[in-house]
Amino acid sequence: MLMRIVLPVVVLVAIVLPLATSGWDAFLTLVWAKALPVLGIILLLQAGQVSFGHAMFFATGAYTAGFVIRAIPGGEIVIALAAAIGASVVAGLLVGVFVVRYRYIFFAMFNLAFSMVFYSLLEKFIHITGGSDGLSIPRPEILGQAMERSEYEFVLYYLALALLVICLYGVHRFLDSPLGHTLKAIKTNETRIEYLGLSPRRVLLIAYIISAFLAGLGGALVAVFQGIATPEYAYWVRSGEFVFVAILGGTGNVFGALAGSFVYEYIRVTATAYVGDTWQLTLGLVLLVIILFAPSGLVGVLNDIRGYLGKGRREPTPSGGKQPSGKTEKQRGEEQ
Amino acid sequence: MSLQILVLTVLDGIAYGSLVFLVAVGLTLVFGVMRILNVAHGSFYALGAYAAASLGLVLSAYGISAWFAYPLFIVAAVAVGVSVGGLMERFILRRIYVREEYLQLLVTFAIFMILDNVQRLVWGVQPYFYTEPLSLMGNVTIVGIPYTAYQVIFLPLVALFILFGLRWFLRKTLAGSLIVAVTEDREAATAIGINARKVFFLTFIIGTTLASLGGALASPTTSVLPGMGAEMIVLSFAVAATAGLGQIGGAAIAALLIGLGRSSAVFFMPELEVVVPYLIMVIVLLFRPEGLFGKTTARKI
Repeated sequence: MLMRIVLPVVVLVAIVLPLATSGWDAFLTLVWAKALPVLGIILLLQAGQVSFGHAMFFATGAYTAGFVIRAIPGGEIVIALAAAIGASVVAGLLVGVFVVRYRYIFFAMFNLAFSMVFYSLLEKFIHITGGSDGLSIPRPEILGQAMERSEYEFVLYYLALALLVICLYGVHRFLDSPLGHTLKAIKTNETRIEYLGLSPRRVLLIAYIISAFLAGLGGALVAVFQGIATPEYAYWVRSGEFVFVAILGGTGNVFGALAGSFVYEYIRVTATAYVGDTWQLTLGLVLLVIILFAPSGLVGVLNDIRGYLGKGRREPTPSGGKQPSGKTEKQRGEEQ
Repeated sequence: MSLQILVLTVLDGIAYGSLVFLVAVGLTLVFGVMRILNVAHGSFYALGAYAAASLGLVLSAYGISAWFAYPLFIVAAVAVGVSVGGLMERFILRRIYVREEYLQLLVTFAIFMILDNVQRLVWGVQPYFYTEPLSLMGNVTIVGIPYTAYQVIFLPLVALFILFGLRWFLRKTLAGSLIVAVTEDREAATAIGINARKVFFLTFIIGTTLASLGGALASPTTSVLPGMGAEMIVLSFAVAATAGLGQIGGAAIAALLIGLGRSSAVFFMPELEVVVPYLIMVIVLLFRPEGLFGKTTARKI
């Protein structure tokens, strides 16, 4: 249902919107780009694992794109994005080989530790990274075309949207593949996977690399859009934001990444004027409330409301195992 | 490499390791009993440091002798640990003991975000300096090197006192025995009438008080500034994980190991200063995933 109807409608609106009105482009480009790392977090959450350090891949992508654009005269965005993807996949492999040996607390904290180290390295090696002032990135060419600012942002909007839709669909399909189901089984019963002759570590490593790839791509897009990469991209607060947005959107569905990212950016843009100094405090409080009272997030709440209104058409949600078991198979078919 | 640098490295390592131990032991105690990793533990370290520094500045503003600062540090630590820690356990953690593990992590992480922000609202982003207690104790000369007595004698003594005090408390007192009983087998302990809720509450308060004590004692040796909480939680986790989560005696040795590793990095490879503690942790855990002193547990199927 979500993938078949809601997503195409949203994409259609997103495609038409910049042609109809202006003023939303910049905001939405950031929404698309920042939904990518959140998608990575949601992927890992399927295995029950939380990473408090995915900002390191976000920063890896951002800095790689920056270095490439600065190194090539004119700068070419396609090469920059490809390099960013390459670098974050390699980083994901290197860190992943270590962290997938662990679960839960250790998994979360090792990710945090790696990202803290990466953050301080970005800050310390001033002659390479520009220190805490960050790395300024000139506007790159797109397929050899040098562009004006408005033109560039227009193209970037569609580029980010296209990449996001591909990734959303790709992750959705991945989760429905045998590998994806194995990943979910890590959360429910890891020993059973081993008895099936599969390696949970390898499955989790694949998911980890994909999530690093998503975070790196998102970071690169944000960096080329904003024209700067700073060590703050790798800071733990940023990693926390990704996790926050994932929980806000709902972790049961890839669509949660988009819903969460949109609502989060919207609140951030409108509310910073009012809550400026207490932004992190507000995030923490909302996170607490969601976990304690609405653990399936926005998408879950929507599903619950719909189930309540249109009795019997309820989809299985992570929280709601309440429906009679006989119907589950049919509904599951409906969802896909 | 001269002898003097070697001695200086060792002294630095001891001073630093003692502080880290104070924080890490609280983290590991809470985990051992409650099976919850309190990500907000670093915030208690920061809150303790801020409370101590601002109380100390009040002292010197009124011209009261800085000797009063030492008891005041303990008062500040207990006040922060018991009030904030108690509220956190009573109103938030108590609701999530039965929830999934990743949600427990997220809840303490959310509290970390909140406390980090609160601390910036109350004390701002300017660093605080209150070094009088450090200079008051004077210097000692070890192998020709003058070093502050506060860091190289007082802090290690406090660390040892906490280590042995905690061991004595857990082994010889009734409250300690209750904690050990709940740690070993919560169900059995509840069945014989132990109030596990109370034990959790008590343990958590002890843990947070130790963290804020670490912060209070650290405040004269460093500038108190935002971000110190985040650094400390990761570092004390590295210590606790290297030792094996839940191992109190092991945490002391791991803290010393990591303190020495870090101080030698400061002298020989300054760029790697931040990396060395984690490098030690990674190397240890690659060979012993349960930590240096952790017990290997049989897997349940």
